[in-house]
Amino acid sequence: MSWQPVIGLEIHAQLSTASKLFSGASTAYGAEPNTQAALLDVAMPGTLPVPNRAVLDKAIAFGLAVDATIARQSVFARKNYFYPDLPKGYQISQYELPIVADGKLAVRLDDGRTLEVEIQRAHLEEDAGKSLHDAFHAATGLDFNRAGVPLLEIVSAPVLHSAQDAVAYLRTVHTLVRWLGVCDGNMAEGSFRCDANVSVRPAGETKLGTRTEIKNVNSFRFVEKAIEYEIERQVRALENGETIVQETRLYDAAAHRTFTMRSKEDADDYRYFPDPDLPPLVVTDVDIDAVRAALPELPDARRRRYVEALGLPEADATQLCADRATADYFEVAMSALGGDAKTCANWVLGELAAALNAANLVVEQSRVSAPALARLLARVREGAISGKIAKDVFAAMWAGEGDADAIIERRGLTQISDTGALAAAVDAVVAEFPAQLADYRAGNEKLLQFFVGQAMKRLRGQGNPQQLNALLRERLKI
Amino acid sequence: MSIDTATVARIARLARLPVDANAAPQIADELTRVLDLAGQLANAPLDGVVPMAHPQAQTLAWRADAVAEPDRANDLLALAPDARSGLYAVPKVLG
Repeated sequence: MSWQPVIGLEIHAQLSTASKLFSGASTAYGAEPNTQAALLDVAMPGTLPVPNRAVLDKAIAFGLAVDATIARQSVFARKNYFYPDLPKGYQISQYELPIVADGKLAVRLDDGRTLEVEIQRAHLEEDAGKSLHDAFHAATGLDFNRAGVPLLEIVSAPVLHSAQDAVAYLRTVHTLVRWLGVCDGNMAEGSFRCDANVSVRPAGETKLGTRTEIKNVNSFRFVEKAIEYEIERQVRALENGETIVQETRLYDAAAHRTFTMRSKEDADDYRYFPDPDLPPLVVTDVDIDAVRAALPELPDARRRRYVEALGLPEADATQLCADRATADYFEVAMSALGGDAKTCANWVLGELAAALNAANLVVEQSRVSAPALARLLARVREGAISGKIAKDVFAAMWAGEGDADAIIERRGLTQISDTGALAAAVDAVVAEFPAQLADYRAGNEKLLQFFVGQAMKRLRGQGNPQQLNALLRERLKI
Repeated sequence: MSIDTATVARIARLARLPVDANAAPQIADELTRVLDLAGQLANAPLDGVVPMAHPQAQTLAWRADAVAEPDRANDLLALAPDARSGLYAVPKVLG
């Protein structure tokens, strides 16, 4: 029998705010344990939540970006459960009336297909504290610095049918939340996490199978592997006549398997009810219009502009728009250079990306600024240096040796466009390689490149390649 | 609606409350009476009434996004039955 996997993702994006959702404690990552836990965050009696305005604007921005409905009135509810990292005994979340509903997101897949993923809802909630199970012998340590950090939980419909599609969707959301500046997307620090709901059903069946939830996987690669494993496990179980138990599972990356964490309690068992401490959250058209006016050009729109207005190949445009900082860098370089989008794209995606990668840096930390790159590319365009020499100059700029012009000047790299000097080199190589000359004249035209190479060597790589080519073609004729 | 002793046991487990099996029939009876009382609400005419999220006609008051809380770790940890190395320590919950 053939099986169809059905996957839905619940993405938790920590909203980038200075303070928590309901308290004035700092959200900065990496502080000493419990130094950023206010009285409210540890649930001291008598404390009351006061919501942070910044989270509202970030939630609205996300909602607008996925073409969703922004609820004019939404409600905070208490989700009740017992766990030591939740000192109140409930998490403040949104249940029946989330702030964002009925959105959609176009996901571009590697094979060129575009998948439209329905986003059922995105709601605001507070993060829990962190349990450190290995902190002590026979005891669990609790750090409440994370308790109350604002989260936007983004829930897709169960419309994804492979681990690869699920990860492509996850990456698209990741790009979008960083692009909008609503979340820093740092998966290693847990500010962007994902739970995957996975079920399988016989191909052609419309009813959903029993699902399991894989919790808190913290990298794209592991999400893909965990879902793949879980699909295989369920198919194997069903083919052996077993039934799937609705439960929460954890993924063990080292062993590449999922295992039972706890059996899933029905949603009703969370005893959701409106939080009496928090009156309804009312959003006005003025609020929405203000956020809309401040929205940046979205990744999909920018990618389209790069293809249609700048004439970039689809693949370049997609890569440039994989994150906003890269796209911004490209635009600054291109406008400083005054056009020449393709050259700029080649350099940003080529030399620059390679240098960043090797140094393990993100584009914001680039050692060569966009205007500095533009000045280098301007020298290439003027013919002062060749593209090959430009790569050496770039490496020197990256190593901190100064601006392009200073390096070209200091190293004497200016391209030789003087016809006399080029002609002398051409004469010399023609005299030096009579056998190759005869071959060329007998019809082996590939040898032109051999002569160009030899002449370039004499010119220490600084000959103007176009001029050199033309001179050689002329000189090699019978 | 009638609550049986199995439901009492399930609710007790979810609420992490120890319930003596001998007491379960009485609790079941009492819970049934509570539900019956609440069940009378089902007779109220509610057509066209929007569910109320809050008893008062208020909307949320917001605060600006600024850090406004000092570090109280030492004071708060001192209140805990068990705290070590800056962490609250509780009986092991996993692993």
